[in-house]
Amino acid sequence: MAIAPERTALVVGGGISGLTVAVETAEAGTKVVLVEKNPYLGGRVAQLYRYFPKLCPPYCGLEINFRRIRQNPAITYYTMAEVQDISGSAGDYRVTVRQRPRYVNEKCTACGECEKICPVERPNDFNFGMDTTKAIYLPHEMAFPMRYVIDDTVCKGRECAKCVEVCKYGAIDLDMKEKTFEVQAGSVVFATGWNPYDATKIDNLGFGRVKNVITNMMMERLAAPNGPTKGRILRPSDGKEVQSVAFVQCAGSRDENHLDFCSAICCLASMKQATYLREKNPESKATIFYIDLRAPGKYEAFMQKVQADENITFIKGKVAKIEEDPETGDVLVTAEEVASGKKITERFEMVVLATGMEPTTRMVKLPGNLQYEQNGFLRAVQSEGVFASGVATRPLDVNSSVQDSTAKAIKVIQTLLGGK
Amino acid sequence: MEKVLGVYICTGCGIGEALDVEKLKEAADYYKPKVLKTHEFLCSQEGVQIIKDDITGEGVNYIVIAACSMRVNTDVFDFDPLKYVVERVNLREHVVWTQPPNDEKTQWMAEDYIRMGITRAQNAEPPVPKTAELEKTILVVGGGVAGLSAALEASKAGYRAVIVEKGPELGGRVRKMKRILPSEPPFDRPQQVQVDDLIKTVESDPNIKVYTNTTVVSIEGEPGMFDVTVCPSEQVTKKEIDIQEEVKKGGPARFPLPECSSPETFRVGAIVFAIGWRPYDATRLEALGYGRIKNVVTNVELEEMAKEGRIRRPSDGQAVKTAVFVQCAGQRDPEHLPYCSSVCCMTSLKQAQYIRESNPEAGAFIIYKDMRTPGLYENFYKQMQDDPGVFLVKGEIQAIEEAEDGSVTVRFENKLLGGSSVVKADLVVLATGMITNMVPEGKAPKDLTDEFIGVIVTKQTDTGPVDELVPEPIALHLKYRQGPEMPHLRWGFPDSHFICFPYETRRTGIYAAGAVRHPMNATEAMMDGAGAALKAIQCVELTSEGKAVHPRAGDMTFPEFRLESCTQCRRCTVECPFGVLDEDEKGTPQEHPYRCRRCGTCMGACPQRIINFKDYNIEMMSAILRELNVPTEEELFPYIVGFICENDAYPAFDMAGINRFQLPPNFRLIRLRCLGGMNLAWISDALSKGVDGVVLIGCKFGDDYQCHFVKGSQMANERLGKVQETLDRLMLESERVALYQLAINEYDKLPEILNEFMERVKEIGANPYKGF
Repeated sequence: MAIAPERTALVVGGGISGLTVAVETAEAGTKVVLVEKNPYLGGRVAQLYRYFPKLCPPYCGLEINFRRIRQNPAITYYTMAEVQDISGSAGDYRVTVRQRPRYVNEKCTACGECEKICPVERPNDFNFGMDTTKAIYLPHEMAFPMRYVIDDTVCKGRECAKCVEVCKYGAIDLDMKEKTFEVQAGSVVFATGWNPYDATKIDNLGFGRVKNVITNMMMERLAAPNGPTKGRILRPSDGKEVQSVAFVQCAGSRDENHLDFCSAICCLASMKQATYLREKNPESKATIFYIDLRAPGKYEAFMQKVQADENITFIKGKVAKIEEDPETGDVLVTAEEVASGKKITERFEMVVLATGMEPTTRMVKLPGNLQYEQNGFLRAVQSEGVFASGVATRPLDVNSSVQDSTAKAIKVIQTLLGGK
Repeated sequence: MEKVLGVYICTGCGIGEALDVEKLKEAADYYKPKVLKTHEFLCSQEGVQIIKDDITGEGVNYIVIAACSMRVNTDVFDFDPLKYVVERVNLREHVVWTQPPNDEKTQWMAEDYIRMGITRAQNAEPPVPKTAELEKTILVVGGGVAGLSAALEASKAGYRAVIVEKGPELGGRVRKMKRILPSEPPFDRPQQVQVDDLIKTVESDPNIKVYTNTTVVSIEGEPGMFDVTVCPSEQVTKKEIDIQEEVKKGGPARFPLPECSSPETFRVGAIVFAIGWRPYDATRLEALGYGRIKNVVTNVELEEMAKEGRIRRPSDGQAVKTAVFVQCAGQRDPEHLPYCSSVCCMTSLKQAQYIRESNPEAGAFIIYKDMRTPGLYENFYKQMQDDPGVFLVKGEIQAIEEAEDGSVTVRFENKLLGGSSVVKADLVVLATGMITNMVPEGKAPKDLTDEFIGVIVTKQTDTGPVDELVPEPIALHLKYRQGPEMPHLRWGFPDSHFICFPYETRRTGIYAAGAVRHPMNATEAMMDGAGAALKAIQCVELTSEGKAVHPRAGDMTFPEFRLESCTQCRRCTVECPFGVLDEDEKGTPQEHPYRCRRCGTCMGACPQRIINFKDYNIEMMSAILRELNVPTEEELFPYIVGFICENDAYPAFDMAGINRFQLPPNFRLIRLRCLGGMNLAWISDALSKGVDGVVLIGCKFGDDYQCHFVKGSQMANERLGKVQETLDRLMLESERVALYQLAINEYDKLPEILNEFMERVKEIGANPYKGF
């Protein structure tokens, strides 16, 4: 059944919020175009090893959402695509979308022969540079679409072209060009998500200077079976399986010099990551330095479960300084402990910074006349038929992002089909 | 319809190099397909065109594609499911990517899969959708802000809504508030309550019908045709019974539903369940002074005082100069509420502001465990920190006592400065928490029975006394065999998939919204009402097209019951995770197709094998097992069949393939919609055929279950407890059958799991039925 353009919703961002808006809207009877910047859908949650509080894998829910997309002809999606311009008004927005070349077309079967022959390596951004991929690569095992992509910043192009020769299916097109096209949509939802706050900006916490200081998102990749260490928690300096890890909360969050808000998820994320460590290495010890332990609502039970582990210590105190012991590579963490009122220094084999969530629109604004709140968060209701959803609007956990995005889906339905 | 089989074998992606394709064709040829073709690139336009041409030219309508995983190229091999049966045989990920090339055993595996795939297709038929003109009105139970929002949003989307509110007025608890917590960026100050405007909008909306002072006394039926009976609240009569006594006397283990002298019945399509919350019973908090000391009140009481503009000491009406807020009063406490109510820190900050406004000289102390103002609520916290009259102290209450002048001394351990501190206050405010109204009056969340809220009674049976849970009627009064209310996960909250799919419940077409679902503030509750309304709309739309809702959204199959062979064992009606089936007096299942989520748990439960889907049935798997060419012990031992969940285990096998993990050649995998569909008949079929072992791989179960159908793998596991009987009859060891729980991302564990099971079967030895 053909659906008129005014009955189409455009969703910008294919993370958990955008996916949710897209599938929930489409299952209520409209057409959806989903636009994602990365070469795959799934966004940040695809990089997580497990969710709190159930400690279940994000792939599990993604699998269902991808199936909902696969079986629903009302949803069209574009990866490596970004919005370039928006004009028009409610019921008739014209959105210009720019799609970067993937250099791999729909003939790709993901057989992997190209990857074997490719001579060029690149830092793997999916794993925060902790390992490499070839210049032609499959982003990860659950990548949707299941299709290779070429990083044109490192690929030597036609002067190499070994992959083109080896691909039996004619799937590689090194001449592929950027495409620009227009989507007509009655309603537009921005679910542009977040980036981890740049930890190198937090001088005193040593990231980038002290080798064994990593971020919480890096810890997710270390723990994941498809991560750079195949799920073993090894520290960067010497690949040693770590025995003692400090988690430093509010790294750049609740801090006027960095992000003045609380990112809402980091306490629980660190508690969750402490369970990764404990599960993978029964002898290990974790210490969590915090200001307040924010485990609201039902999450409290998860916190209590984590607190019951004798090898996980909670210290209320702000970390002042992080330094490297050059001989051992260990990390010395100095904090103001509230209970004793004293300055303490403890030694750890690795430190995980609980860096916060920065809306992607904090540093780079989107095209069009969109309205922003403090810190670059998008205003939830922009204009008639234009909305923002999920972490684009405020820091949220996955459950609340899905809740918010489902609630946004009805706004879209109202705009597109509403009893007018 | 006549089945015209076409088999298409792709030789691309290494399949052709690793396998003897001619022999694969021979295996397929045995089934006399009308068309049998190989292609080196079947997912190409040209390859797909070949299939399309055969559909038109040869009349092929049973399409078996032996190529890659069914999880890829779905859009390429897309043929109308109402006309064609399509079966994807996974030769790539599950065979050539995990087995050594050009190996005899790899070849056997591939040939087995071809036979299994063809047999699977041959035992399927395209579904016949049940479409109907259904009612699409949305019923909203509860007229608080979550319910009002749900009704209004549904109306704006073009749907009629009916609100049924038990009490005399709309607006719920929020209407009694002076202000609500910050509701919009920058989230730094409380906001005026606009609930009166919301009520006016709802009441003047011609699409919304409002019943106040009205109680839902029964709901029967299914999505698209729920028949709802309501009753003026004052005319509801509830028969009070002592259920233990009733059962002892031989009465039914069932609470009676409420009755009504002037009922009214109407039909709706889906339901939003928004009955809200109530404060935890502070009389249980005597240690904190409530009930014992006049000037100790709860946060709900203070809110009402503030709304009425009389913030005074209850004991003598004097002005309040010092107020102490005690956070987590009976919360984060295993004796009371084990959870956090998530709003109380901010509520106390808001109420501290009331104190300050009531008297500029007044001061407010907030004694907290952790200041929980997550996300942008941090802005509000900072705002209040700047107020010199608000003192925030991390501490633990040690004692609360009444002084002679009526004031209250609060002694607490000061976690910031150390030691004890004492504050003398005119008023102590207990930040008591929220409990869902799913919790029956007089009960506390920690005292609830598991899964269904109810009472455990002891029934006398022929084999002795048996404990049975009798679910209590609370608000929905569903005429469902499994009980009148929604199951709960913990503490009364009717969730089923907390993280990824927060609106899912275990009663199809009924969506919980607001603080009944988990503690949340007014703004969140309104958002939640909107989300639940969307789910309700989706449900009526998909249902009217004969399609399943989440997680098999779009599935058009239905279970079919051959009732003439039913023995009234009731397993299907008990085990259905969604309470789909009712029972007649004899115990024969009564179908409610639109409640069904198509997981097949009923099919797996049925010992008579009378529950089947057109494209997923008992005979299908039995036939597949019959088609296995069980090798001799010398050829391949052990020979193992695996039933695997297609949602998590199947993708895990795919990912093992993508990583080119080498897996043992001994396993033949049969995918199930959910492990809950696993019927014990298949185990005896497999073992009597000479298969050495049967492994089931499904999702993790328990408190943090990962099953999309809630209980599938758990049900399969429970059934395995009964498999002993079957195996005894066959004189076989029960260790030949095992269940493994696997998360989707644990594909790295597959080699270990398969090898472990294989070693176990090796120790037992070959199946003596081999070769018979």
